[in-house]
This record gives sequence, C-alpha cells and structure tokens, in this order.
Amino acid sequence: MQQLAEPYIELNNVSFSYGNNPVIEKLSFTVRKGEYLGIIGPNGGGKTTLIKVILGLLHPTEGAVMLFGKDRHDFKEKHRIGYVPQRVTQTDREFPATVFEVVRTGRIPRLGFFERFTAKDIEIVERAMKTAGIERYRDTLIGNLSGGERQRVYIARALAGEPDVLILDEPTVGVDIGAQKTFYEFLASLNKDHNLTIIFISHDIDAVSQETKTVLCLNHTLVCHGLPRDLLNEHVLERLYGKHTHLVDHK
Amino acid sequence: MLEIFQYDFMVRAFEAGIAIGIVAPLIGMFLVVRRYSLMADTLAHVSFAGVAIGLFFKVNPVFTAIGLSVLASFGIEALRNSRRIFGESILALFLSGSLAIAVIILSLSNGFNANLFSYLFGSISTVSNTDLWVTIALAVVVLLDIVLLYKELFFASLDPELAQASGLPVKAINFMMVMLAAIAVAISIRIVGVLLIGALMVIPVISAMQYGRGFFTTMVLSVVFSITSVIAGLFASYYFNLASGGAIVLVALIIFLFSIVFIKAGKD
Repeated sequence: MQQLAEPYIELNNVSFSYGNNPVIEKLSFTVRKGEYLGIIGPNGGGKTTLIKVILGLLHPTEGAVMLFGKDRHDFKEKHRIGYVPQRVTQTDREFPATVFEVVRTGRIPRLGFFERFTAKDIEIVERAMKTAGIERYRDTLIGNLSGGERQRVYIARALAGEPDVLILDEPTVGVDIGAQKTFYEFLASLNKDHNLTIIFISHDIDAVSQETKTVLCLNHTLVCHGLPRDLLNEHVLERLYGKHTHLVDHK
Repeated sequence: MLEIFQYDFMVRAFEAGIAIGIVAPLIGMFLVVRRYSLMADTLAHVSFAGVAIGLFFKVNPVFTAIGLSVLASFGIEALRNSRRIFGESILALFLSGSLAIAVIILSLSNGFNANLFSYLFGSISTVSNTDLWVTIALAVVVLLDIVLLYKELFFASLDPELAQASGLPVKAINFMMVMLAAIAVAISIRIVGVLLIGALMVIPVISAMQYGRGFFTTMVLSVVFSITSVIAGLFASYYFNLASGGAIVLVALIIFLFSIVFIKAGKD
C-alpha cells in the first residue's frame, strides 16, 4: 500500500458563521505535503472565509483545525504558511515602500520582537525576489508596478518566509491574460521544483482544472474533492453554481 | 556666537524644538500611511483640554496634557476595535468633544488670556527647565520605541491583516502607536501649539513622499524637513517676533511647495 504524505492542513467538521449567518458548514478535508490544490466555488460560498480560518484570522464556531499535526491554538510556526492576499493588486498604490521593503516583511514571522534582520535574512529575501523574477524591481516603489508584478512581489514576500505551504487568494485577478500563462507556469515550478505545497483559490474553473493536481469545490460545504478530470462535470457544476453552467473545453 | 543663543529660553526652545522635530514626523509617517492624519489634530485638541485642566488646578499643564491624551488614545483605539463607529467619526468625536471640555473649564477659570494664546499657537519664551527635560526624556522614549519596533510598525501599517496572519499582535502594536502619538503631541504643544502640531506631523511627511522613495528613506527625509522647519521657524520667531508654531509650519509649507514644484520640474 502506498504511504500517504504527511498531512499539513486538516479540517475536521469545521463550521463558521458571521452571527446567525452560516458561511461554512461541517467542512472536513486534508491537504498533504506536495499537493497542488485548487479551491473553487461561487462568490459568497466561503472560499476566503475558509482561508482566514486556516490562517487563524477567524475562529471556527465548531470543529477542529490542525496545522502540521498541531491544534491551531498550539501552532506557533506561522512562517510555515505563506499567504498571498487577494487585494494586493488593488490597494496600497500610494504606500511609500520599495519592493525590497515589502518582501523583507516575509522574514518577520521568523524573527522575534526587537530582533533585527541579519545578513542571512537579506540573502534569503534577495533569493525570493529572484525566484519570483522581480529582482530588477528591488528599489522600485510597489505603487509603480503593474497588477501582475505586484502579485509576484507578494509571492516573493511569502517565499521569503521559506514556507511549506503557499496559499493564494484569487492570484490572477487584475493580471492580464498573457501574464497569467507565465504565472501558472511559475506556480507549477514552485510546486514541482521547490516542493512547495500550494493552495489556490480561484473563480476560474478552467485554470483550476488545467493547472492544479486536486480540486476542492466549496459552496458553504464540501461539494467535491478529488482529481479535476473526475470531478468537473456538469453535475458538480450545477450543485456549485446552479443550473445552466457548462464546461467549455479549451484546447 | 549668535546673540540669539545668549538667552537661556532660546537655547531651551531650540533643544526642545529639535527633539520634537525628530519625533513628530516619525510618528506622523505611520499616521499618514494609514490614512490617519487627523489623529494628530484630535490628540492635540485632547491635549488642549489637558492644558485647561492643568491651568484650572494650577498643575504643570504639560503633565495634565500628556495624561489626558494618553488616556484618550486608549479610548480611541478601544472604540475603533469595537467597530461600532467609523474611524474618522471617532476622531471627530474626540476632537470636538475635548475642545468643548477645554472651553468650559477655561471659562470657569477665566482662563482666556495671553497665556492661553501661547498654548494655541506655540511660544518660545515659555519653555521651562522642567518642560525641557520632560520633552527630551519622552522624545527619547518615543524614538527608541520606533527604532526597536520599526519592522513590526512597518508591517502592521503596510498590511494589518497579513501582519496578523504572520503572528504579529497587531492590536497591541496599534495601541502602542497611538499612545506614542499622544505623547509626541502633548510634548509638542508648548513650542508648536495645539492648532499647529498636526501640521508638523503631517506636512514634512507628505513633502518627503513627493520624492518617490522607499519607506525608510522617506522617513529620514521627513525628519530632515521637520528639523529644518523647526530651526528656521524658531529663528524667524525670534527675529520677527512671530508665534513660533506659525513660523515653523510656514517653513514646512514652503518646503512642501518646493517639493511639489521640484518633482514636477524633474519629471518634465
């Protein structure tokens, strides 16, 4: 029998509600080392909420979240999860910070209060910028970059923490089509060559079905979880998005 | 030796002024990038209520100003965290509320006099030895906090949610920042005045931001602009008999205009 890879993120019967408004109901799944998971679902279906629960920004009303085998309350190694929020392409246009200054914040979870960045930290930050292909923008203000470039800055920021898992929330929103292709190739190489576990949320079913190894469909509760080609059929899409949804095959 | 430095009160004004000139834009930088510029003005008005209380009970107004504005800073952050009122409405509440308190106390004590004018617009002749030492000691405390917690303050300002996801106690950092702002404002009112301290915290920062540099460089530039404004303003105040706060802020404004024109000319 094949040995299953180490579980990184485990949810067990997790529910979350804003007041009396349930957003996630009885959700259970496991993300293992080396996975490349796409999370799809309709707007308001609980995708971003789920990420915030995993990150500890929101506390589940029910159920347990285990991170790297530890209960979320006992999990202290925050640097192991690198997070790329959705809004990076829209906000902080006027924030006076260089790419280097932003990427360097990725090292903060590994440092204590009052601790200063060491030469090694800086070396890792430079390497993360290189991996994300933004080293030539080192001293450019983040406000002067395009949406796609800013996205890469925040990915470099997450990589600077040398995480085991990278979570991206709608990473291609605000990125033009041409840049999207290179972006997906970049993510695939992070997963394959850097052995990074990736979770990415998207409304783009085509991208998820073509790029990720596994897919999770979320509409308040788990609608499907497995290999994209087995799952993304009309029946599942109907449960996710309602009737009259069709898969368009891009070849 | 310049004649101006033969007067003890002028030397004290310069020493206190430079201490304030360093600290004000450092705090101002974090307020400006968080779209919280009005915080300085709000805390200044709270300090003014503190001054009124001090004058009424005949205690050193600098102490009552510091006490009340630190207290108010906690109130402001607590209300903001409760999310029951918009951030800027909270500032409006504290700003006008404390002004009302100040006016009531001052009319009770018949305090509308020349002394009051010096608190509103700054005065170079009123800095006592005690004021000077309190100002310098607190300025050092604020400066040390910013230097030691620079990376945390920067991260929490850049993206509070991301900072929290990374394990930073963002709420505690915000509380600390607003408290530091309260201290910086309270120690500045003697020289710059209640109505103008907000300007010294904000104008050098927005001037520095015109040069399109990173966070750290912008911060250093804003301190340079601020100290220049304080020194030039104090000279002008002495030689032309002007209210020091007005003179300082006017120099800061000239630097701002120059920065805008200079950058525009550079781009053409």
